[in-house]
Amino acid sequence: MNSFLQSINYESWVLVALLAIPLLGAAAILVLRSKSEIRDGPEDTRAKTIAFAVLLAEFIVSMGLWWSFQPGSAGWQAGVDYSWIPMWGIRFTLGVDGISLMMVLLTTFIMPLTVLGSWTSVRTKLRSYYALMLVLTSGMLGVFLARDLFLFYVMWEVMLVPMYFIIGIWGGERRIYASIKFFLYTMLPSLLMLVAIVYLGLNAGTSSGTPNFSYDHLLVAPPLTPHVALLLFGAFFLAFAVKVPMFPFHTWLPDAHVEAPTAGSVILAGIMLKMGTFGFLRLALPLFPGAAMNPTVRMTILILAVIGIVYGALVALVQPDFKKLVAYSSVSHLGFVMLGIFALTVQSVQGALMIMINHGISTGALFLLIGMIYERKHTRLIDSYGGIARVVPLFAALLTFVSLSSIGLPGTNGFVGEFLVLVGSFKTYPVLATIATTGVIFAAAYLLWAIQRILFNKLDKPENEHIPDLNRRELAILAPLVAVIIWLGVYPAPVLRRMESSVEAFVSRVETQSAQTVGLINLAP
Amino acid sequence: MTFDLSVPSQLSGALLPDLVMMGGAMLLLLWSAWRPESERHQRNVGFLSIGLCLVTIAVIAVYGTRHYTATDGVVAVDAFRWAADLVVLIATMGCIALSIEYNKREGIMAGESHVLLLLATSGMMILVAARDLMIVFLGIEMMSIAVYVLAGLNRRSPRAAEAALKYFLLGAFSTAFLLYGIALVYGATGSTNLTAIANTVAKHSLSSSPMLMIGVALLLVGFGFKMAAVPFHMWAPDVYEGAPTPVTAYMAAAVKAAAFAAFLRVWLEAFPDLFVQWHLAAWWLAALTMVVGNVVALAQKNIKRMLAYSSIAHGGYILVSLVIGNAFGGSAALFYLFAYTLATLGAFGVIVALGESGEPNLEIRSYSGLWSVRPSMAVAMAVFMLALLGFPIFGGIGFFAKWYILKAALQATSPQPKLAIVLVVTSVISAGYYLYVVMVMFMRPREEGASVPPVCGPLTRGVIWASAVLILVLGIFPDAIAFWAETSVPHATVTRANRTMPVLYQPTARSQ
Repeated sequence: MNSFLQSINYESWVLVALLAIPLLGAAAILVLRSKSEIRDGPEDTRAKTIAFAVLLAEFIVSMGLWWSFQPGSAGWQAGVDYSWIPMWGIRFTLGVDGISLMMVLLTTFIMPLTVLGSWTSVRTKLRSYYALMLVLTSGMLGVFLARDLFLFYVMWEVMLVPMYFIIGIWGGERRIYASIKFFLYTMLPSLLMLVAIVYLGLNAGTSSGTPNFSYDHLLVAPPLTPHVALLLFGAFFLAFAVKVPMFPFHTWLPDAHVEAPTAGSVILAGIMLKMGTFGFLRLALPLFPGAAMNPTVRMTILILAVIGIVYGALVALVQPDFKKLVAYSSVSHLGFVMLGIFALTVQSVQGALMIMINHGISTGALFLLIGMIYERKHTRLIDSYGGIARVVPLFAALLTFVSLSSIGLPGTNGFVGEFLVLVGSFKTYPVLATIATTGVIFAAAYLLWAIQRILFNKLDKPENEHIPDLNRRELAILAPLVAVIIWLGVYPAPVLRRMESSVEAFVSRVETQSAQTVGLINLAP
Repeated sequence: MTFDLSVPSQLSGALLPDLVMMGGAMLLLLWSAWRPESERHQRNVGFLSIGLCLVTIAVIAVYGTRHYTATDGVVAVDAFRWAADLVVLIATMGCIALSIEYNKREGIMAGESHVLLLLATSGMMILVAARDLMIVFLGIEMMSIAVYVLAGLNRRSPRAAEAALKYFLLGAFSTAFLLYGIALVYGATGSTNLTAIANTVAKHSLSSSPMLMIGVALLLVGFGFKMAAVPFHMWAPDVYEGAPTPVTAYMAAAVKAAAFAAFLRVWLEAFPDLFVQWHLAAWWLAALTMVVGNVVALAQKNIKRMLAYSSIAHGGYILVSLVIGNAFGGSAALFYLFAYTLATLGAFGVIVALGESGEPNLEIRSYSGLWSVRPSMAVAMAVFMLALLGFPIFGGIGFFAKWYILKAALQATSPQPKLAIVLVVTSVISAGYYLYVVMVMFMRPREEGASVPPVCGPLTRGVIWASAVLILVLGIFPDAIAFWAETSVPHATVTRANRTMPVLYQPTARSQ
């Protein structure tokens, strides 16, 4: 495989291609002629066929990275670097390392499945919908691939607009409220982050005033005063904490997740929530190790993470709406990720990355399953179901299996990540790790209880007796997800091996850098 | 070459672009009065006016690329002047193109309306060239009187009459402030020439002279009125709403650009040594303008009023670049004005395109479901809204405009992190009303019984598409415009301001 990839000079063009392919696909969809109403209606399969083909091609192209990636190296791979706006020191620099590789593959893996998941549920304005999905793909990949902070910011904002339209046009009843809330919540801290980025760029720039936003350069740039570093970290923290979302910045999430169309929810939960934790791993910690590892700051974030774990789980427990339940479970799961990152041991950070992948796959699958049953019954209320396991056995089996993986049953992917986080953080923060463990128990409670009420209680509603079971398209969507769930649960070593060097480099960098600056900041009055 | 401004023939050489504009406007005025009013005649005058603007741009291009300079005198011959001229002329051409079709729809047959736009534009060209307070005053008057008439152009509309009268009264009022300020500054320094004022202030250390202080304050008030800075903004919403839409676009784009350019030059060239004194006032003016403009815009239901308040808010952003008080600020302001002009032209273009005769319905609500009936108009409007919001890629150059101001604010000799924070927070507030327009167009269903807007003429469509494409393309490749802005600062200030700039804050922990 590797020799083939080398023969086509794969590494020199793959990242640019990953950003360009979806954009070309979007352009192709937009130039499609729609002569009459029906051409843009549910009967028109051209737009979705193109979108699926493009995203499948994108996935195949990205898979090459799995083989071409050198596991032993913590540096950038497949990097490209072009000049963009030389006047302002802005460059178009891309690259992958062990941390972003898995995020890129997760994105390209989930996107074609979301197109299949929207196949029959999206029935209006198909061309615009699929074009926006493709633009969104480029934006998300851009965030994971950017090595220039300015480019990172641009991509960060670019994701926002397609998602705003996807929620606002194709969403549920309260879609307008949810989309505006989503937009504004994300935009305010992002702009504060922009101010911080400008400050960093100028600080690292030349004496003649040309800023420098290169990530690698900023890592070795002259250190900031502790006070400034703390403020800049605060701006980055807000931008990422809203995206994660950390308690108490999570209130946009239930609205956005519930009102978004199925594909929107899958993308939000599966990929976009990881932008926040990825931001911490890529930018907030390596750039401001002193501020992030300041005992007060670190403890505050850790406590917020643990509150998020327990609070998300408890709120999920009482939700009558299954989609909202899964949305709150995300708050809980992402709390684990934050705990793992800020506990800062190699194991816990690896675990955090594993949860990021697993949560994308399991929660994505859950949202897809909810979408499938919603298309049949047009309700998501847990109470309106009951005992449908006998009516839809395939659906029941898959829902149970995916829920178990989300709970973290050993043998499924969910177990690996949470176990690593708990083991890793127990070394440094035994009390917090112990409290966090209850989150796992609550997770079992809310999901199993919900499944019981949906699938296994008495079949007491006559209208539920004739629900059609999953069809072949739906099975085709879920099969790859189930395969990955089992693969990562049984044999996660190849994934762990690919992220190991980068994680080790990350942990040692943050630890040594913060050791140098710790003690300089005194938060006490 | 260098023009010696004390020689009359060379002075007219330095003023050649302005003379071309004025002479051409006079000839067009004669020609438009020559024939009976008719729709066709009105259109022909309009096309010739656009042609005249193009000729003027050609002259400016020659002057600009040959880097002509001049001795110190009543007018400046520098890149800043050409850059500001260019912004103003682009806005003028767009507005004339819009008003040709608008006049046809509204039954305004007077070809003189285009000539009035040209006359106002020649006033602006004088204004941005002025290096003497008397010339500044002359420019402002030439510009304003023509615009007073333009605001009331539609004689049949009572709203337009109200707008014109209000604009005239408040304009005259503010001119009095300006004139009194000029008189006091003259009294304190003995000169109206900007460089002479600056030299006198430096030489006799007049920075604590009360007469000069009051003079500068009155000048600030006078300019504040013209720029619609809070708290001198009260006239803007009513006038913007009542005036014919292309004229509103002209006021929002060109008048604002010219007033800001003149303001920047006067402040940076004449009063650099008074930085400490006017800095705080300008700081509050900028902060208030951003906050009030954006917050009040949230409550607007009429699209023209909403854009009026948004234009006030944008004035606040540009004022930030003035508070910076150096060359970076000057180039950031130019860049911003360019981007803002494109977006404003486009947005008003869409309003013209979607309006009906008499413009009975300008509620934002009437754009509900526009996407399903006029998708291209909805997409273009979304681009303009996102550009005004300053959103990257989808808002194109609008983002770089805000970014440039942010960069300049943090890069200044006395960095303004607090003002930068105010800027971004008010930008988020502005998302509330810009996105509201987008939301109404894309996410609401078409109101029942709402008619499909008529197809607009080719000129209006041309203006809309040209601005949308420019916004998007320059939003990916802003380098050329950035270079142009960076090399076009008021030239006397580059050394001066840097030499004498008092440092209020050190760029260290405290200012954070």
